[in-house]
Amino acid sequence: MPPRAEGNGDRATTPRASAAISCALENEPARRSMSTALLFASAFLASAVEMVEALTIVLAVGVVRGWRSPLVGVAAAMVVLAAVVAALGPALRLMPIDALRLAVGALLLCFGLQWLRKAILRAGGYKPLRDEKQVFRAQTAEAAAAACRGGKAGLDWYAFTIAFKGVLLEGLEVAFIVVSFGGTQGRLWLAATAAAAALLTVGVVGVVVHAPLARVPENAIKFAVGLLLTTFGSFWAAEGAGVQWPGGELALPVLLAFLALLALLLARTLRRQRHALQPLGADA
Amino acid sequence: MSHLRAFAAFWWDFLVGDDWRLAAGIAVTLALTALLAHHGIGAWWLIPLAVAFLLTTSLRRATRSGGSS
Repeated sequence: MPPRAEGNGDRATTPRASAAISCALENEPARRSMSTALLFASAFLASAVEMVEALTIVLAVGVVRGWRSPLVGVAAAMVVLAAVVAALGPALRLMPIDALRLAVGALLLCFGLQWLRKAILRAGGYKPLRDEKQVFRAQTAEAAAAACRGGKAGLDWYAFTIAFKGVLLEGLEVAFIVVSFGGTQGRLWLAATAAAAALLTVGVVGVVVHAPLARVPENAIKFAVGLLLTTFGSFWAAEGAGVQWPGGELALPVLLAFLALLALLLARTLRRQRHALQPLGADA
Repeated sequence: MSHLRAFAAFWWDFLVGDDWRLAAGIAVTLALTALLAHHGIGAWWLIPLAVAFLLTTSLRRATRSGGSS
């Protein structure tokens, strides 16, 4: 956790304050490793789930129209995403820490609540679960039906554009999450490493399996990511607004547990409500 | 003009999503939290409570409309 803008050096002269500071320093490694683990998990899971969706699009286009153009599209999208992270990351360091935490916290709260809301609606049966096999079939049919137009540099521009757009759009939210997490904690490299690890994992599994990763529990991962984003968003936004959390960063797991309990309760309520509304034997 | 509209629609969908009331609720909550903190009132409890309220009411609206929104 980077030091806050306001200092408290004058309080350090009293014995009581000295003891408090010593205690805080003793607990610092544990707090830091906990927030590091949560930060890594958030960036890794968010990246992995979005990359699974992007992989389905790239696979569908590649299988039907050949691999060269979609892979060039993927590489181009990766360059754009890396540029977004490289440009925004250092720029965030110029902001005062409280303003940064307020802005990033608000952004993460917006993202987190959107992810959580959709995941709860899916868990409750009010939204269909995303079926990678079905998406793959639809994308394959679309790619086969599209006219094959050769372009400059011998690229199939349909295949290039679909792969580029798929990776860019799925990756943009991840780029914002990586920049937000990394920038606020002063550890952009850690968040970027987590995202790269997720990309590598999904990429390698995709090459080995050579099919959409339909067995990945996407909604459970989105549920977890939604919880983590909402937890960090609440924590940082409150700190940015001038609030001191009881226990400092130790409030993070408590906040996470509270939100997890609430989300599970809401999902269970929606499931029961859905079943009560349906006639016996009908499936959501 | 249609490109401009599509660009604005992309960012709206990206940042605000399916329920604009969630984003508006977050903005109001953060403003209230800052106000309370400014007056020396420990308002750490406000955001978790607001998140619980906003999420519950948003889900209630969505399920009333069949979950499509």
